Amino acid sequence: MRTPNKLWNSWRGLFRDPIRPFGISSALLLIVLAIAPAKNHFSEWRHYQRGYLKLIRNRPDALVLQRHFEPGIHQIWLPDLGVVDRCETCHLGLTETSLGDIRMQPWSRHPVIPHSMQQFGCVICHRGQGAATTVAAAHDSTLSPDEPILPARYDEASCGQCHHVALEGTPTLNQGREILARYGCVRCHAIKLPDGSAEQPTDEPPPLTHIADKTTREWIYAWLKDPKSYAASATMPNFLLSDDDARDISAFLIANSVAESGDTATLKVASATNADPAAGASLYGESFCASCHATQNAAGNLVGGDLGPELTAVGTKVKPEWLTAWLRDPKTYDGATSMPHYRFTDQQLALLSGFLESKTNSDLLANVHLDAATPEQLAHGKQLVEEYGCAACHEIRGVSRPDNYGPELSRVGSKPVAQLVFTTGMAETLPAYLSNKIERPRSFGPGLHMPQYTFTPAQVDALTTALLSLTDRSYTLPAKMRIAAVQQTAYEPAGRAGHLMTDLNCMACHRINGHGGDMAPDLTWEGSSVQKQWLDAFLKNPNTLRPALIRRMPRFNLTDEERATLTDYMMTVYQNPTIDRDAMPLRGYLPAMVEHGRELFYGKYACQSCHMVDPAQDKGYIGPPLSAVGSRLNAEWIFLWLKNPQQLRPGTIEPDRDMSDDDAHALTAFLMMQTGSGNKGAGK
Amino acid sequence: MKSLHGTAGMLAVVVAVCGCSRQHKAAPAPQATAVGSALVVSSGDKQLGPAGAPLGQPLVMQVNDDQGNGVTGALVMFTGPAGVKFDPSELLTDSSGQVSTNLTLGNTSGRYQLTAVTNNKAGHALPVQVPELAAGYQEELGYQVQRTYCSRCHNPESTPEQVSNHDNLSVPPHSFDQGDTYNKLSDADLTAIIGHGGPAMNLSVLMPPYGKTLTKAEIQAVIAYIRLVSDPPYQAPGLVYAKQ
Ligand code: HEC
Repeated sequence: MRTPNKLWNSWRGLFRDPIRPFGISSALLLIVLAIAPAKNHFSEWRHYQRGYLKLIRNRPDALVLQRHFEPGIHQIWLPDLGVVDRCETCHLGLTETSLGDIRMQPWSRHPVIPHSMQQFGCVICHRGQGAATTVAAAHDSTLSPDEPILPARYDEASCGQCHHVALEGTPTLNQGREILARYGCVRCHAIKLPDGSAEQPTDEPPPLTHIADKTTREWIYAWLKDPKSYAASATMPNFLLSDDDARDISAFLIANSVAESGDTATLKVASATNADPAAGASLYGESFCASCHATQNAAGNLVGGDLGPELTAVGTKVKPEWLTAWLRDPKTYDGATSMPHYRFTDQQLALLSGFLESKTNSDLLANVHLDAATPEQLAHGKQLVEEYGCAACHEIRGVSRPDNYGPELSRVGSKPVAQLVFTTGMAETLPAYLSNKIERPRSFGPGLHMPQYTFTPAQVDALTTALLSLTDRSYTLPAKMRIAAVQQTAYEPAGRAGHLMTDLNCMACHRINGHGGDMAPDLTWEGSSVQKQWLDAFLKNPNTLRPALIRRMPRFNLTDEERATLTDYMMTVYQNPTIDRDAMPLRGYLPAMVEHGRELFYGKYACQSCHMVDPAQDKGYIGPPLSAVGSRLNAEWIFLWLKNPQQLRPGTIEPDRDMSDDDAHALTAFLMMQTGSGNKGAGK
Repeated sequence: MKSLHGTAGMLAVVVAVCGCSRQHKAAPAPQATAVGSALVVSSGDKQLGPAGAPLGQPLVMQVNDDQGNGVTGALVMFTGPAGVKFDPSELLTDSSGQVSTNLTLGNTSGRYQLTAVTNNKAGHALPVQVPELAAGYQEELGYQVQRTYCSRCHNPESTPEQVSNHDNLSVPPHSFDQGDTYNKLSDADLTAIIGHGGPAMNLSVLMPPYGKTLTKAEIQAVIAYIRLVSDPPYQAPGLVYAKQ
């Protein structure tokens, strides 16, 4: 009990001298007064400013850097954009071009980007708390839970807040958006954009209303169990169904299928007569089926396009009658398909279906044995189809398309961490949440219906990036900053030719007036570009212009009349109003001019590095061969193309050579002499 | 806010710089059951990927014995500059003598020099340097631009999707990673060649001009890409000066 006593004694000791209380309180006051400047002096950002000065002190560029340095808090304030960013208080080297060698944060130089920091600030791209002045409060996810710093690997997401059009510099974001559309994500999850439009799917899930005409219950069962077991490139995800569930759904889909007019169950399939066994394969090749369909080669690699489904084991899937009818005219079965109507002869149909029927996978159905379904099983199948939202993608008789089957994702990139449920072992951040949801959706709890996709890590990153671009900020930034995606127009060709073009599905590959695919050349100005005779001959026998291309124009066995209809229409309607295609003659150029053109071709412009005029001598393999260009293109088109290729076809890789009119004239004269047979005037 | 000072802040910055996801404490190092006498890269070096993102291919290394056969059970350890993540960073060679690790580079663009090490019989470390390349926005853009406009002439390798035109040219161009050629050309030289064509620097007319086809930013981006992929690495002139 001596302690209180002791305290009291020392207390008394302190005040024995009357001056002391005064002295002590002054000292206390001084200390209190000093706290603010000391706090300032020891504040974190000053620490980084001192560190920066130390870093630049002995560099050869020190003088310039020191002159740029200003002590104190720095701030970018952009009221329009809601930006108050003090990041440059510590990130002092961001705009110093000479600091390219510094990797140490927070002092490294900012990589070159197309925007200025003074106009955009930092947080629009990097997120985080711009106004904070401590490291943790600015970056860390626990202290700035609304907007922690976005990890650098997802940076492209920030571009996507304003740029809804695909940018050359954002391949990851572009890929992610493509997957959202191509894998049907947006069929279940609505993604509305700030301009009022919505992301549209680009896949073509087939209708299931009369599926029994196409395939068997056994195949549906195997496919439902694992789409990849049938086709490695399947875009339909795996719903991880139990055997019983797959049994019941397959039973329901077959029982629910109702024959439609044109269905083929009773069709007689003829086999090809006196055919060479290789003829089917050659016809498959000649018809350029591989431009759209892939097959697995002997080495296990997929070869071919991805516009249509993979055909590696198509013989195990489709019924022979259906296949023949489909090849004869696909639109009879599915009016919305992109598959062209080829106009095969009966012999060709037999050859091609025979060839495709032979592409089988005997393992797929080996262990599938299904008994006739009971009424309970059928009812259960229907219930499952409704539960799993199958009708969000496929047309199914008696099941309506569910609205908003999955949660809307229009602003998922700003979802607060507090609203997320994490699984154990996972980083507690929004990007980690999103990529886990994409990679293993069912791991978040029982009873979830989101199916399992098989994405590569790069695809998961791309998708996560695309989702992270869907932020609140994309709505609040000024509308004038938005760059809308290029929307397809509703253009449809008219009249009899239009009917034909729809039947041939030309626009699955060609774009015309802003509508259509991008696999083949844009045809909007085809009538200004080519000569009528050539077009007619090309449609008759589309020998390819570019031997280096895998994807080529197929031959459609058009009748003379059909060809004439198409040719007339394209020559008349698909013209550039500013081009008079007859302004320059096709023939009759002076030999001296032609010779001058040849010199320019091989000399000044070295066109032979990409093009061939004389196949015996030239080797250029990038652009189309020009040995018959004088019979293909109009002279005026060639002239204008030489003057400015990008104006006629935006994005073409032909360089704009800034050519004088005289040079372009001479080259045009030389090229018009290249008429194929005989190679008059071609290079020596 | 006030409780956060010095060390905590430094820690936070380290975490932020390292790409944000806190690494779990690595499992204890596996015990080597064998040693080899050489360590070589099998695949996955000199990859180009976006800064901060995982590289597309794993880095595969092989431990060989004196006869050049793969050794099973040898320990290989990976280290790299701050910000680089290895998954895993230490592991034993498999039955073919190989180890494979997934890589994530740091958040800043540039060349990352990684090191793989195994020990030989005498207990000496056998380090091997493995370069990997992280592209920032500009280099990424440059990669895309050169793939569209340039690589069919400049890259001698053909793929079914992109048949090379390299061997068709009477004066063959250099592939963009040939530092011996490109490091001698200044940014101004490269801008002149790309903008005005080969003749601008007394080179062949087979090199076309792109000044009216590409924007200035695109040409700069291609140059940034060329600088990044150069082998031997490119040293910006300012840096040489700084070292003297
Ligand atoms: C038609 C083929 C072709 C294309 C396309 C092409 N180049 Fe070249 N390039 C060449 C040739 C041939 C040379 C070699 C000239 C010489 O050595 O005399 C060359 C040389 C160069 C050089 C000088 C260094 C060297 O390799 O000899 C640079 C730099 C260059 N090209 C950049 C580019 C860029 C950038 C692009 C794309 C925008 C491009 N090139 C597209 C053919 C091409």
